[in-house]
Amino acid sequence: MKTFMPAKFTVLRDKDRCIGCKVCVNQCSFDTHYYDADDDEVRSREQNCIGCHRCVTFCPTQALTISRNPLDYRENFNWRPENIEDITKQAESGGMLLTGMGNDKGQKIYWDHLVLNASQVTNPSIDPLREPMELRTYLGRKPDRLEVSSSAGLKTKLPPQVAIEVPVMFAAMSYGAISINVHESLARAASEAGTLWNTGEGGLHQKLYQYGKNTIVQVASGRFGVHPDYLNVARVIEIKIGQGAKPGIGGHLPGEKVSAEVSQTRMIPQGTDALSPAPQHDIYSIEDLAQLVYALKEATNYTKPVSVKIAAVHNSAAIASGMVRAGADIIVLDGIRGATGAAPKVIRDNVGIPIELALASVDTRLRQEGIRQQASLVVSGGIRNSGDVIKAIALGADAVYVGTAALIALGCHVCQQCHTGKCAWGIATTDLRLTKRINPEIGAQRLVNLLRGWSLEIKDMLGGLGVNAIESLRGNRLHLRGVGLTDTELRILGVKMAGE
Amino acid sequence: MTSVKERNVVTIDAAGVFHQELNDRLREAVKNGAGRIELCNVCGQRYIGTDLDRPVQIDVYGVPGNDLGAFMNGPRIIVHGNAQDGCGNTMNDGEIIVHGRAGDILGLSARGGRIFVRDSVGYRAGIHMKEYQDKKPTIVIGGTAQDFLGEYMAGGVLVLLGLTLKEGEKHQARFIGTGMHGGTIYLRGMVDDYQLGKEIGVAELDENDRLLLTKLVTEFAGHFGGDVNLILKGRFIKLYPKYLRPYGRLYTY
Repeated sequence: MKTFMPAKFTVLRDKDRCIGCKVCVNQCSFDTHYYDADDDEVRSREQNCIGCHRCVTFCPTQALTISRNPLDYRENFNWRPENIEDITKQAESGGMLLTGMGNDKGQKIYWDHLVLNASQVTNPSIDPLREPMELRTYLGRKPDRLEVSSSAGLKTKLPPQVAIEVPVMFAAMSYGAISINVHESLARAASEAGTLWNTGEGGLHQKLYQYGKNTIVQVASGRFGVHPDYLNVARVIEIKIGQGAKPGIGGHLPGEKVSAEVSQTRMIPQGTDALSPAPQHDIYSIEDLAQLVYALKEATNYTKPVSVKIAAVHNSAAIASGMVRAGADIIVLDGIRGATGAAPKVIRDNVGIPIELALASVDTRLRQEGIRQQASLVVSGGIRNSGDVIKAIALGADAVYVGTAALIALGCHVCQQCHTGKCAWGIATTDLRLTKRINPEIGAQRLVNLLRGWSLEIKDMLGGLGVNAIESLRGNRLHLRGVGLTDTELRILGVKMAGE
Repeated sequence: MTSVKERNVVTIDAAGVFHQELNDRLREAVKNGAGRIELCNVCGQRYIGTDLDRPVQIDVYGVPGNDLGAFMNGPRIIVHGNAQDGCGNTMNDGEIIVHGRAGDILGLSARGGRIFVRDSVGYRAGIHMKEYQDKKPTIVIGGTAQDFLGEYMAGGVLVLLGLTLKEGEKHQARFIGTGMHGGTIYLRGMVDDYQLGKEIGVAELDENDRLLLTKLVTEFAGHFGGDVNLILKGRFIKLYPKYLRPYGRLYTY
């Protein structure tokens, strides 16, 4: 069938600059550039370009410019190009639209409507370059009260606690969705920076077991690669119920991504689809969740916290209360802007709620019920910078997960083609020719650099607030004010309007 | 009470003991070298047999709770009674023999080990079992099963013998093997086409199937009694996945 889809991008090759070195041909994994031997010239098939900038970055003479195809449809607010092109694709294929990365629609980003306070006159700010500033965070269930005796010290037996040196962890991304070199980069960076990374639900490669102390292993509906060694090596075990990019649905890792190595880690035959069912069929209720939480605690003899991750949805607050009562030591909320390796577009863009509102309502609810201390609260889904991190903590989070931000640190240009498995940056692929593009040592360094930069910024902001430990900021919403928000939004967020 | 009966045999009275403490005692007994453990007066305690990582034999008297043998890796559990839901959940290795019936999601996501159930089982037995290399989970059910038997099974062997069915009676389960993309189901007794999932094919048994079934049925009869030849004489069909990738053509980029 002839496609009616116009090209998304145009490729401009400056012939004066192009030296015919074919770097662009070799770098593009979408077959955009090719060498025409007859004419001895490098040319482009523009309809293949997905705008990842790999060629532009590696062109030694800056001969390439990629820009949006300036194809102007007649103005129509309702029938925007995206709507027209989606229908065209579906008419030509009969399939569900699949996409990668997080929601790219314009739903309100509440972080951008929250501002922080600073000390002026009435209390001194702190200079973090010269005074102690504490970012260490302990994840895990806290006891309701502590008993201390002068002779024996702490008498209360603490549930397992995990210390992280910066309240930013790497979000769950499975091996298969991303490459082994990305997993290794994340693992090494987490170990070096004193934080945690998350395997996602595709198992843990044998060579990464050495990073177990900094590893969160996931148990999801597919139960891929879940066996006693996997559970025992981890620092934290996370039950994945849902994901912000695709609440309520499962996942299919397509057979072509299940390479020999992936099959080893997932423990399924090579080339078969890895199906993650929508529900976990042993969890149909809070009581059932408790059963799996304690099954995992029993399986590891109560030595590590069990985390439960859900997508932020309408009733998150009530669900979170149930999760805490079900024995979850850490609760993870993933908002509507959370990303994915592959999800139906209509679900990614329309299902779930913004993380800021979910976080505020869950924290409020757990406090009202007097059980906030029984679980740590971790949020994810579109955390872009240290400003988002510190606002999340002021709203009530203990820590955040970053996925997309970590991948951008490794080279990702957010071209949203993760689901194709052809990532030119060597991130969201298992193609050995492409995965080589990430060097785990350099990758880890880039990630550690990012965390260092954010830590310095967070300390600066804390100092400005006159606070010397991140713990003192947690849930302290008086440090926040809203800008451009309605009364209802302010009420749910539990913050005052700027000026109040 | 924990008492040592004879060499390597330990008896634990589970009456009124919470699962956490019960499993602690099991861990301790195994650590001290128990070869066989008799659990008496079991009444609903969950997760029996998890986190032991050794081929110890555990005889359960009474009614074990949900998730019996969850994540289990090595032990052999013999239940002298019925098992509940989640028996053999995500089991890695070992054996569970149930002298009675079992509840829902028997062997969910099991990746190894063997489960024998004398009577019938609940919904979604063998759901998402998977195999890899030499790890191949096996479930043999003497009676019949409820709906979604072997749902999106990805590997392993599931045998349904239908011994509890009366003459001429059909299995009741619907959506058998729906979404199945690996492994094999052997079904003795009658089913109508509408009871089978869309993703599976039906075949007659070949020589290898016969050999495997003879072995498994002999083992089954060894546990629970019964006439191997008589059981094998019944009509068997083999259900297999038609596609390795049942959901390959759902999407457009």
